[in-house]
Amino acid sequence: MAQECSCDARFAETSDLGPLDDIIERYGREKGALIPLLQETQDAYGYLDEAVMRELARRAGYQLSQLYGVATFFAQFRLKPIGEYLIKVCHGTACHVAGATQITDEIANQLDIKEGDTTPDGRFTLESVMCLGACSLSPIMLVGEDTHGRLKPTGIKKILKQYAGDSGSSKEEE
Amino acid sequence: MGTSGHRYKVVLGYGTCGIAAGATGVRDALEEAEKAGGYDMDFDIAGCMGYCFIEPVVEVFDSEGGSVIYGDMTAKKVAQLLDEHIKSGKVIEDWVVRKSDQPEAGEGDFLANQHRVVLRNCGKINPESIEEYIEIGGYEAAKKALATMSPDEVIEEVSAAGIRGRGGAGFPTGTKWGFARKSPGDIKYLICNADEGDPGAFMDRSVLEGDPHTVIEGMILAGYAIGARQGYIYCRAEYPLALKRLDIALEECHRRGFLGEGIFGSDWDFDIRIKKGAGAFVCGEETAMMASIEGKRGMPNPRPPFPANQGLWGKPTNINNVETLAAIPWIIANGGAEYAKTGTEKSKGTKVFCLAGKVRRSGLAEVPMGYTLRQVIFDVGGGVQAGKEFKAVQMGGPSGGCLPAALLDTLVDYDAIIATGAIMGSGGMIVADDRTCMVDLARYFLSFTQEESCGKCTPCRIGTKRMLEILERICEGRGEPDDIDKLDELAADIKAASLCALGGTAPNPVLTTLKYFRNEYEDHILNHKCTAGVCPALITLHIDPETCIGCGACVKVCPTEAITGEKKQPHVIDVEACIRCKMCLSRCPEDSIIAE
Repeated sequence: MAQECSCDARFAETSDLGPLDDIIERYGREKGALIPLLQETQDAYGYLDEAVMRELARRAGYQLSQLYGVATFFAQFRLKPIGEYLIKVCHGTACHVAGATQITDEIANQLDIKEGDTTPDGRFTLESVMCLGACSLSPIMLVGEDTHGRLKPTGIKKILKQYAGDSGSSKEEE
Repeated sequence: MGTSGHRYKVVLGYGTCGIAAGATGVRDALEEAEKAGGYDMDFDIAGCMGYCFIEPVVEVFDSEGGSVIYGDMTAKKVAQLLDEHIKSGKVIEDWVVRKSDQPEAGEGDFLANQHRVVLRNCGKINPESIEEYIEIGGYEAAKKALATMSPDEVIEEVSAAGIRGRGGAGFPTGTKWGFARKSPGDIKYLICNADEGDPGAFMDRSVLEGDPHTVIEGMILAGYAIGARQGYIYCRAEYPLALKRLDIALEECHRRGFLGEGIFGSDWDFDIRIKKGAGAFVCGEETAMMASIEGKRGMPNPRPPFPANQGLWGKPTNINNVETLAAIPWIIANGGAEYAKTGTEKSKGTKVFCLAGKVRRSGLAEVPMGYTLRQVIFDVGGGVQAGKEFKAVQMGGPSGGCLPAALLDTLVDYDAIIATGAIMGSGGMIVADDRTCMVDLARYFLSFTQEESCGKCTPCRIGTKRMLEILERICEGRGEPDDIDKLDELAADIKAASLCALGGTAPNPVLTTLKYFRNEYEDHILNHKCTAGVCPALITLHIDPETCIGCGACVKVCPTEAITGEKKQPHVIDVEACIRCKMCLSRCPEDSIIAE
């Protein structure tokens, strides 16, 4: 199973339907493979674009409504593109008790976006997720593939800076 | 633990918690040193040792089998470790978490008070190496069963052990296997439930990351017992490291003929595939999980028909939790009677808990059934963090409940815990202190179940929504005097009428907090006070003039300019202007801002 980041493919033009061939080749004929089909498609494109889903349905022999039904049921699937770095702030019990709400608020404040949104420069998307299973390091978050634990609102700015690059999504020093 | 002919063997706990705490830097530094040479040591990684409170953790074994565990490791500290311990043989006392020759000294009693069966190999072997698992007797139980035991004998042994399902429901595993075995049909399926969705529970992740072969061996035994030739591991996508290590383990098993056709040289075929979850809590429920494996929306179906008769693709199916399966090889190797020696009359063996929240030593705690909650939290967990007061322990996540200090002597036993209104659950144990608002915690869990309700049945879909609305208005200071009665009434209806366990247990967090912390609800509704200082609408913020150093950090973040004061003089919050966003609270370096 591909766990590696597929950044190159991630931002592929949605008109490029090449990756679908390989995905359908691998899962297309398997019984009950709808979820892996969607997972692989999302890995390749970064999200489930409508045009891609239509093509996937046609080629793999599903109704578009089946795909849409499954894609909207599971939290993992996205119908909108995301930023370069997906920030997932854990809101599991331990993190909630340890102040995850303040962490999300601080990130939203620093990036000047709301939860679920992407910064205008396309660098960060902010999401809340349920338990990431690293409760002893609460509160924690994932930025892309990196885990940051034992967070404090005061430390958020520094962490975001590591990912902000030159474009400066993060607010400048006040 | 052998040292491979070297003077020392250095083992690094390399699970998700360790990595999040910086274990990768430690690994790189140790690998570099090993490559450079000059140190008489062998270096290896292992899964999580369970010491989450002091990650990253390194264990140094000597050639006589003794060991020292060091905590809070960093890449920088590696050089000192190499120079003092590996080169000069000098233990660095300041860093010691546990020494094998003084197992109960210092933080050592964290482990000394545990009884590890399921976690027996976690943190000891390299989970990415089948050789290490085989070296310590791995796959012997499966070989023995296939060569010398009939499927019925395997089931008898598991029944004799008395083990009950560790996913939370506590159904006797041997009985469950018996149903699947007796169910007519040539094609049967086995599913390992690794969709650990309860917030606050991470023991399945730790087992899969630390000892995946134990789970696979447990599945081989279960498959053989019930007559299934195909197994699935349904694992959360949120656990990438567990998935990666399972992938490696399955590949190695295929290569060695432990999976596939005629396994272990027998005429028995058995194979395992991974199904990656897509993020739906309800899929932890058996029928919803099967729907998801079939590629449908993960919604539950009414039972009967039970999975043992009509499960995946209409075929007899048996579903067991990771922790249950991980205990099976031990049971077959050592005998059911040996396993049943530990525990209470009706709850046998051990249970793994994940200690988190305001407990001093968070981490993995495997204890015998029959321990008291106090022993788990205080003897293993070291009690509550310094300066805090124990208020409650939350068990069983969104399906469980909050128990007060007065119930700390409750036994770890399925039936004893159910009698309190909580459930054993999968094993999450979150300790709450006096700064945790129980109404807010109940609201938190209801918002979780409400969000995760699949929408198929009305009591769960709409009932949890109505309960959440009431809890939200109580937390916002708009609670009405009869809200408590309404919550009670809704809870009873939802419990009675929901289609699956998600809805059926959703009211538990509210019911237990109402039962044991009713005064907090009354404080919120009648006195408009949140004594824990959590609910923004019901608190006031002020600055302690004794400790404020006048640094002005709070002034900068206050969005309403409610804080004023001269530099280096105590500051003051204008209560009228304050919107209680608590931004200042987290900025204050002196903890001078008080919410009450």
